[in-house]
Amino acid sequence: MSDEEKVSEELEQYLTFVLDKEEYGVPILTVRGIQGWEKTTPIPNAPDFVMGIINLRGEVVPIIDLRRRFGLNPVEYSTNTVVIVVRVEQGTTEKTVGLVVDAVADVHDIKSEDMREAPDFGSELKQEYVRSLGLIGEKMVIILDINKMVDWREINTPDQVMKNAVSNEVPAESEAA
Amino acid sequence: MPEVSASSNGMDEIRQIFEAECNDGLNVIEAGLLALKAGNNNQETINDIFRGAHSIKGGAATFGYANIADFTHVMETLLDRVRSDELEISQGLVNVFLVSVDVLRDMVECMGGGEYDEARAAEVKADLEVWLGDEPPVEEESAPAEAAAAEEGEHCGATCWDIKFKPKQNYLQTGNQPQHIFRALAELGSVTLKPDFDSIPDFTKSKPGEMYVCWDIELQADVSQEEILAEFDWVENECEVEVVARPGTEKKKKAKPKPPEPEPEQDQVAAPATTQASRGQKKESGSIRVEIDKIDKLLNLVGEMVINQSMLNQFSSSNRKGDIAPSDADLDQGLATLERTTRELQEAVMNIRMLPVSTTFNRFPRLVYDLSNKLGKEVELNISGETTELDKTVLEKIADPLSHLIRNSLDHGIEPPDIRIASGKNRVGTVSLSASHEGGNVIIRVADDGGGLNSEKIFNKALERGLVKENDQLSDAQIYNMIFQPGFSTADQVTDVSGRGVGMDVVRSNIEDIGGRVEVYSNPGKGSTFQITLPLTLAVLDGQLVKVGEQVFVVPLLSIVETVQVDQEKINVVSGSAPLYRLRGEVIPIVDMRSLYHINGEAALDSYEGKELVIVDIDRNYIGLVVDELLDQHQVVIKSLETNYMKMPGILGATILGDGTVSLIVDVTTFAGPMLMGNDSRITH
Repeated sequence: MSDEEKVSEELEQYLTFVLDKEEYGVPILTVRGIQGWEKTTPIPNAPDFVMGIINLRGEVVPIIDLRRRFGLNPVEYSTNTVVIVVRVEQGTTEKTVGLVVDAVADVHDIKSEDMREAPDFGSELKQEYVRSLGLIGEKMVIILDINKMVDWREINTPDQVMKNAVSNEVPAESEAA
Repeated sequence: MPEVSASSNGMDEIRQIFEAECNDGLNVIEAGLLALKAGNNNQETINDIFRGAHSIKGGAATFGYANIADFTHVMETLLDRVRSDELEISQGLVNVFLVSVDVLRDMVECMGGGEYDEARAAEVKADLEVWLGDEPPVEEESAPAEAAAAEEGEHCGATCWDIKFKPKQNYLQTGNQPQHIFRALAELGSVTLKPDFDSIPDFTKSKPGEMYVCWDIELQADVSQEEILAEFDWVENECEVEVVARPGTEKKKKAKPKPPEPEPEQDQVAAPATTQASRGQKKESGSIRVEIDKIDKLLNLVGEMVINQSMLNQFSSSNRKGDIAPSDADLDQGLATLERTTRELQEAVMNIRMLPVSTTFNRFPRLVYDLSNKLGKEVELNISGETTELDKTVLEKIADPLSHLIRNSLDHGIEPPDIRIASGKNRVGTVSLSASHEGGNVIIRVADDGGGLNSEKIFNKALERGLVKENDQLSDAQIYNMIFQPGFSTADQVTDVSGRGVGMDVVRSNIEDIGGRVEVYSNPGKGSTFQITLPLTLAVLDGQLVKVGEQVFVVPLLSIVETVQVDQEKINVVSGSAPLYRLRGEVIPIVDMRSLYHINGEAALDSYEGKELVIVDIDRNYIGLVVDELLDQHQVVIKSLETNYMKMPGILGATILGDGTVSLIVDVTTFAGPMLMGNDSRITH
């Protein structure tokens, strides 16, 4: 009995996906589903990595392009482009968002002893979005802190949006947060 | 002392039901009192009031809210006197009762925990007792036992009462529990229980579920016999009770009743659980009372749908099996039925959320009564259309703005009697409150026959506040509507501007929050009318679908005045301002949705020739929205963007169209203010 508990404590399952040849992981319990890319309805004045909103079984769900979020080069979407729908916690509420990734990789069990603290990644990927590094044999997976990564309150307050918003002038190219 | 009551979830639920019942009862009492006040002194009204008070008392006693039971008891006794013509209805008496209703409301609200104004309650109770004063208190009519000690008086200090409590054998089967009584008594004072097991039959003869025990209860409390008997009110038919004061008991004063210290051998008394939860913010109630008719209708519709579905199933299976294939006409008919049923079902479900506006309107006669007394004005309130139904959420949110408007009408609209007579009006002012359906909306009007608004003073005020420029040419209507500007809410001087203004911006923003709008019409010397236009429901909106670039937007039909095709010649471009469009002599600022919403990052077009102009009304200021194409009109279900994303300025929400795609709903109110002032066309909040 106690053995079982110990095991479940130390093992966590992660869904991993590929983004620009790098493998990232999110806790599998936060994943609501995986689906193909579909056309979104763009939201005016939204940050460039917010691709818009889709209809997910009657729910309006925003879609985030993770490449753009991490400042990687955006790619053309193809039929293989995958959206991972996850639940994130924001304060007391729970929100559902879709993450556009290159491809889904695998499901891994990672023991807590195989977790390493995340080093500094430089400017490309903010360190605060990385929870830890997971070792799977020789391979290394970047475990993301999705709650921080898609915190709307941090990403863009309506005030900021308003500053960027609307006039009859030519709109600015794009304003990444 | 905080409310003491059982705190389990089951109790919570019951408490909520009881709370709703109390509020119903209080409403009946209040309505009755106001009718009495108006000289409507008939027996039926008094009986209504009495019944209301009686059921509150009974319920409160059962659920252990001794404070409510006690208070209502005094009220009831007094009402009984009135009922039996021992006491004449008078202005003062009605007022005391009205204040009592307020106290009771306070108590009821605090049932879930929290502190009510105990001092005030005691004061009002004393007032009530003064009315009872001259004669000895009459015997409580529903008291089951002989009133041997009735002459004990209302308050006789801490007395030792011997109570013999003998439940009948079916006591438990009627849903009663002896511990409820003990708990209630425990709130009066300290209780000692002596169970009497003598009547327990032989084991083989005893039936499970029957009550064989009776109790001798010793109660030390600063209460009257009637107050004790009141605790047994609810079970008067299910038990025998005898209450006798023990002679010669020492009378030690106790300021407040205290829950008993449970003594080791008397474990029958469950220590009352104390719910200490502080009174939370007044939340919108989460439950709704639905007429049984509405539920039945739903049930019928679901039944129809099930039949319809099995019919369609049959079509498809007989098709597969190669039996006689159903004709296309059959299928079409089946689908048409399904469509109709679905639509009806949708309407019926929406209908559940609908409540008559009377639930909100009912509180206003009291408001008008109190306020007109305070202001020394004579005002009559006419209510009409109270059966008009509105969405529950809308209804709850409209109460505050409405009471504000009514206060305003009384305070600043209606003149004092002498002025009214001097200006040749009836000395009694009239405020009318009406609700009606107009188009897809509900219109609520608050009209008074007072002095009306003074446009000159409002204009000067606006000038002072920098809201307008000296040489601005504004219509009366535009000037009147300035009272809704935030600048007008700073109270000083506002009464000079024939009043309106205090918090009017709050009224407007509250109404806009629920998707409605408010306008004011005024006739100097004759009165003014506030008109509130509300959507029937918050969840559904009638929308005009428009196409801009590749995207489809929904513009609320409520705000659309008309649509015209753009004639480029009629556009005037003024630098530093939105382009203006000349329409039948009026000049309307126009906004290009393409640039407003950054569609495809495109800039505003050079020419709008051939585009459609959707003219929307924002506080009677018109703005034209340039769109590429007008599509259908649809009823859309509003989905909040905030659920998974965040609130965006200029966007009311999203909706899912028939083809499954998501479309954004335009919030026209956000691009109002600055544009009509001619500053720029920036969206502000």
